[in-house]
Amino acid sequence: MTIDRRNFLKLAGRTAGVAAVATTAGVAEARPNKKMPEEAVGLLYDGTLCIGCRACIPACKEANNMPPELTPLKVNGEQVEALWDAPLDISGKTLNIIKAYRDGTGEHKDQAKDGFAYTKQSCFHCVDPSCVSCCPVSAMTKDPINGIVSYSEDACIGCRYCVAACPFGVPRFTYDTPKPKISKCQLCKHRLADGKYSACAEVCPTGATVFGKVKDLKAEIERRKSLAPGTTTTFPRGRIGGGDTYTGQVGKYVERVYGEHEIGGTQVLHLSGVPFELLDKPELPDIAPASTSETIQHGIYYGLLAPATFLGILVAAARRNMRPEDEKPKAPPEGGTP
Amino acid sequence: MSAVTHAEHEAPAPVGGKLITPVTVFLAMLVLAMAAVLGVRFVQGIGAATNLNDGYPWGLWIAWDVVTGSALAGGGFATALLVYILNRGEYHPLIRPALVAALMGYIQAGLSVMFDLGRWWDFWHIFWPKYAQMNSVLFEVALCISAYIVIIMIELMPAVLERFGWESARKKVNRLLFFFVAVGVLLPMMHQSSLGTLLVVFGPQVHPLYQSNLLPILFLSSTIGMGYAAVTIESAISSMGLRRPFEKEILAKLLQVGRILAGLYLVVRFGDLLYRGALHYAFEPSVSMLTFWIENILFAVPLFLLATKEQRNSSKLILLSALSMAFAGIIYRLAAFLVAYNTGAGWHYFPSLGEMTVTVGLIAFEVLAIILAVRLLPILPAMPGKRTSS
Ligand code: SF4
Ligand code: SF4
Ligand code: SF4
Repeated sequence: MTIDRRNFLKLAGRTAGVAAVATTAGVAEARPNKKMPEEAVGLLYDGTLCIGCRACIPACKEANNMPPELTPLKVNGEQVEALWDAPLDISGKTLNIIKAYRDGTGEHKDQAKDGFAYTKQSCFHCVDPSCVSCCPVSAMTKDPINGIVSYSEDACIGCRYCVAACPFGVPRFTYDTPKPKISKCQLCKHRLADGKYSACAEVCPTGATVFGKVKDLKAEIERRKSLAPGTTTTFPRGRIGGGDTYTGQVGKYVERVYGEHEIGGTQVLHLSGVPFELLDKPELPDIAPASTSETIQHGIYYGLLAPATFLGILVAAARRNMRPEDEKPKAPPEGGTP
Repeated sequence: MSAVTHAEHEAPAPVGGKLITPVTVFLAMLVLAMAAVLGVRFVQGIGAATNLNDGYPWGLWIAWDVVTGSALAGGGFATALLVYILNRGEYHPLIRPALVAALMGYIQAGLSVMFDLGRWWDFWHIFWPKYAQMNSVLFEVALCISAYIVIIMIELMPAVLERFGWESARKKVNRLLFFFVAVGVLLPMMHQSSLGTLLVVFGPQVHPLYQSNLLPILFLSSTIGMGYAAVTIESAISSMGLRRPFEKEILAKLLQVGRILAGLYLVVRFGDLLYRGALHYAFEPSVSMLTFWIENILFAVPLFLLATKEQRNSSKLILLSALSMAFAGIIYRLAAFLVAYNTGAGWHYFPSLGEMTVTVGLIAFEVLAIILAVRLLPILPAMPGKRTSS
């Protein structure tokens, strides 16, 4: 028994060593955030150009065949179901929404005090998306070329890990049906195939939402920020490089471009005249939670080396300690079987 | 130290007795109530039976039934670890009951997953290589848990074969059993730690008192402690319910091991907060702060309650320590998944009556199955001087 135990401790020590080596090797290879694909496409939403017409909401619905949201309304103090599409937030039925911030008298556009401002909520198409990292059945995928994050209903098992994981609260689930699925903006990828692009950008009258390659969107952001606020300029309308333009005034932007660094960057970028906290945009770290999670997971299971070695030790120990009764006269009792 | 000799342990035998009693009928009624709620859930959708929403897409069924329930079922592997890997024969009488409880705990967790999955009919995608997603912690957890359910069934095979007197089959299984026992220790260590890792990808959505890169270590160490606590509590219940002796000496020793793990847990928990510079959150009012202190004090209780030999001789203190350790782990898990998790303003969750009915029904189902198992199969050690024929 003493010898057994000493042997075991020796074995255990060795496993711990191997496991430690394996783990450190894994940690040493901690994976950095993923990189933006060269040809990534996305959207630029400039809140200072948005006039709050909400044309992009029905356009998105139509382009994606989404059902109307018959939000309960109060009419003469009575709860009634709206007879028209009246979404208040993205949901299982709505992929895109324009929301308003309002303070005090709400007189001045893009002003924090006594003012108002608009913001758009839809998928950010993260460079290192949590939803893709966490989905157990590869139902969330990121296109390696254009970077669009898509969802496959056929693969999805409805676990809602993506709903819980997305730091922007984007994927939504249909709780009201026995055949549920996830809803999320897929950047109108089905329209790209026909040479078209995001419906929300296409209908936007002021170019507040424009579609384009991320590098072009970033160049356009630079240009807008370099101009003096209040001066007149032409903005691309629809998509960058499409030729259509809108003439308007340069906004007074806050420093931050939302989506530039958040969880490793996103392909949908936002400009705003008021601080993003006021627009309910979460404060997020530059490190992608997906990279931390995957580093830990693969650190523990580095090449499956650690578990395999550990299993070897366990098997050896179990084998010694539970020889069947016909081979072993003595302890453990009951002939060593459970 | 030496292993206890054979004579000191009675071989396991069926307890026998009536199967239909007021207790079992009551449990069956709870199971029926669950079935009614599940009818609504499967016909009308998850929203009709639960309070789940896009801010809290995981609720009671995941946080309690899967994450906590399976941890309480950790007694199966934690005891196997002692008996077969560390060769502590003295714990042998505990192994079969612990394995039965583990099997039922994991089946309960598996059923709960099926109730919770929106697209449950596609569950097999988890096992289909085309869909495999190696970066997903949930993928590993789901695979590991499924495999472990099969392994526990194999580990319990000898009891079934013994019951029906299939000696040669039993000998054959016994010869290979060491391998399954080893896998049966590895798998739960993997997925119990990963149940903690599940939260890592939630990033800043989990309160800094709970979000940590050491989640896998915290979950694993607390699972083993909870497993020993659960074995002790189950033992106390069966000693009351079936009028059997409370195996005080063994259980006190088992909890000694549990205490070491609780100590380790506390060192890692506080060390991690210090290292991350997050300890100050423990003193800033929030619900997470409250659960944090409750769970850590409960983890610390057994360290004091069972400090001396006299204390370890008291059935009451043994049971109290076990309860404290079990509740510590329960609160830690529920808090990490439901309280510390926050996706932003405007979202609320408290389990619906339907969700609770299902959870209670699953527990009733589990207990019912354990009662049937110990009455019909050789699980518990035979009572000295009382022979039961099978
Ligand atoms: S915003 Fe959310 S859903 Fe969209 S890619 Fe990022 S993690 Fe995925
Ligand atoms: S709900 Fe569907 S898409 Fe989301 S993580 Fe689960 S399986 Fe993947
Ligand atoms: S890109 Fe398409 S799916 Fe996404 S918000 Fe715009 S219209 Fe909707």
